[in-house]
Amino acid sequence: MSSASVVPPHGPDAAAADPGRTVGVRLSDAALQYGGVRLFDGLALTLPAGRTTALLGPSGVGKSTLLRLIAGLEAGDHARATVTCDDGRPLTGRVAYLAQRDSLLPWAGALDNVALGARLRGEPMGPARARAAALLAEVGLGDRLTARPGTLSGGMRQRVALARALMEDRPVILMDEPFSALDFLTRLRLQDLTARLLAGRTVLLVTHDPLEALRLGDAVHVLHGRPATLDAPLTPPGAPPREAVDPAVLALQAEVLRRLTGEDHAGGGGAP
Amino acid sequence: MMARVGRIGVTVAGLLALWHLAYVLNGRRDYLLPSPAQTLETAWRRLDTLWGHALVTYGEILLGLALGTALGVASALALVSWAPVRRWLMPVLVVSQAVPVFALAPLLVLWLGYGLASKVAMATLIIYFPVASAFLDGLRRTDPLWLEQARVMNAGRWATLRHIRIPAALPALASGLRVATAVAPIGAVVGEWVGSSAGLGYLMLHANARMQIDLMFAALALLAVFAVLLYFVVDATMRRLVPWQRETEAHDG
Repeated sequence: MSSASVVPPHGPDAAAADPGRTVGVRLSDAALQYGGVRLFDGLALTLPAGRTTALLGPSGVGKSTLLRLIAGLEAGDHARATVTCDDGRPLTGRVAYLAQRDSLLPWAGALDNVALGARLRGEPMGPARARAAALLAEVGLGDRLTARPGTLSGGMRQRVALARALMEDRPVILMDEPFSALDFLTRLRLQDLTARLLAGRTVLLVTHDPLEALRLGDAVHVLHGRPATLDAPLTPPGAPPREAVDPAVLALQAEVLRRLTGEDHAGGGGAP
Repeated sequence: MMARVGRIGVTVAGLLALWHLAYVLNGRRDYLLPSPAQTLETAWRRLDTLWGHALVTYGEILLGLALGTALGVASALALVSWAPVRRWLMPVLVVSQAVPVFALAPLLVLWLGYGLASKVAMATLIIYFPVASAFLDGLRRTDPLWLEQARVMNAGRWATLRHIRIPAALPALASGLRVATAVAPIGAVVGEWVGSSAGLGYLMLHANARMQIDLMFAALALLAVFAVLLYFVVDATMRRLVPWQRETEAHDG
């Protein structure tokens, strides 16, 4: 499987990061507590290099926090974790983050939103704009370069956000319920696009949608219980994006639902 | 646009009719409340005098607006950029808001004289607080999600301030400026009442003392027209400055 990206990598860190373009990440000893309640403790999660890891769980179980711990966005005493990369270098600066809520800047056009990282780091804007325009064309918004987020639909906005995450050209991409606000069909289309564009990167996809996890994930973890624990991952067969009507996907969906609802899924249960 | 102009025309005509009605109900006592027609006639007859004083007051208001806005914006930026400045000056700013600025007018006239400076200072003070506090509020309420994005993108503090926090605070600054514009004429006129040798406030005070109520109303009308025009100009400018605000509201609504 070759990456579908037609946009060449760019930026000062491209050369440095190249040998380890795909990097595996390991989160260990993760703990989170709120108001004296232990949400999880001693949790470990591995994101294999170049693979998509999906993390499912009921709301409030702490799955977004787990993602934010990897992104380095959780500061404070309530949450802690150790994050290591399999190439031994720190993860800082090698992560792109696609947030749950639409995080585009309302005053900037689509192109400027995608090129935001370059602008913030003071990189030359000429090449950055050209690359941003190419990425927007790739997500199907080549004709809306100057459109401000307020004039775009929800699906278009998340496509701009996806282009912005790709623009950063980081080996690790963290997605926190990226499509939860979209209608079903738009969500399916965006999942296809995401699978195509993010192939070959190390991706963590946090979602509450079992179908989304099973369509995109190479490994699907379910986080549940209090304190929460991670099950052994499910590994749907075939390459993402899998068809929504794929019998294997549908069968695993039943298993995921069982795990999410917290029923005992150990074999040898009571027979009818 | 035409409909809007039409609505404004009807409103103005309605207000003038009410004024005239009040004049009739008041027994046509010109020394208490002159009619709109008479006010207009006086304004036309004394236009030279009025216009000379009006230019002084307009100048004070505009200078005050420019200075107050510049100082307010600069203070907000300083307060949000340097923690020590914030720790020391924030309480000063909050407490100083409680001081009635009008009570300072006699002092300002004493210190800065009867001329332009004391009125500009007065207008500046009145405009400064709404602008500074609104902009500061906007700068401190940046959506945390945008700041997190900037952090993941390895942005520096200044780049984040310039490309995210300041643009994000512009709608708040615009509201502050609208409030400031509405109160700006008060500062200039109060300054003129306390001590001056020119300006619409000065003219009104003297016309009042000589029972030239029609002249006083003409001066008041010139002040009101300017205040309304200024508000419309500032409001339109702010709309152009933050065009995304309406889009977002339209989306939410």
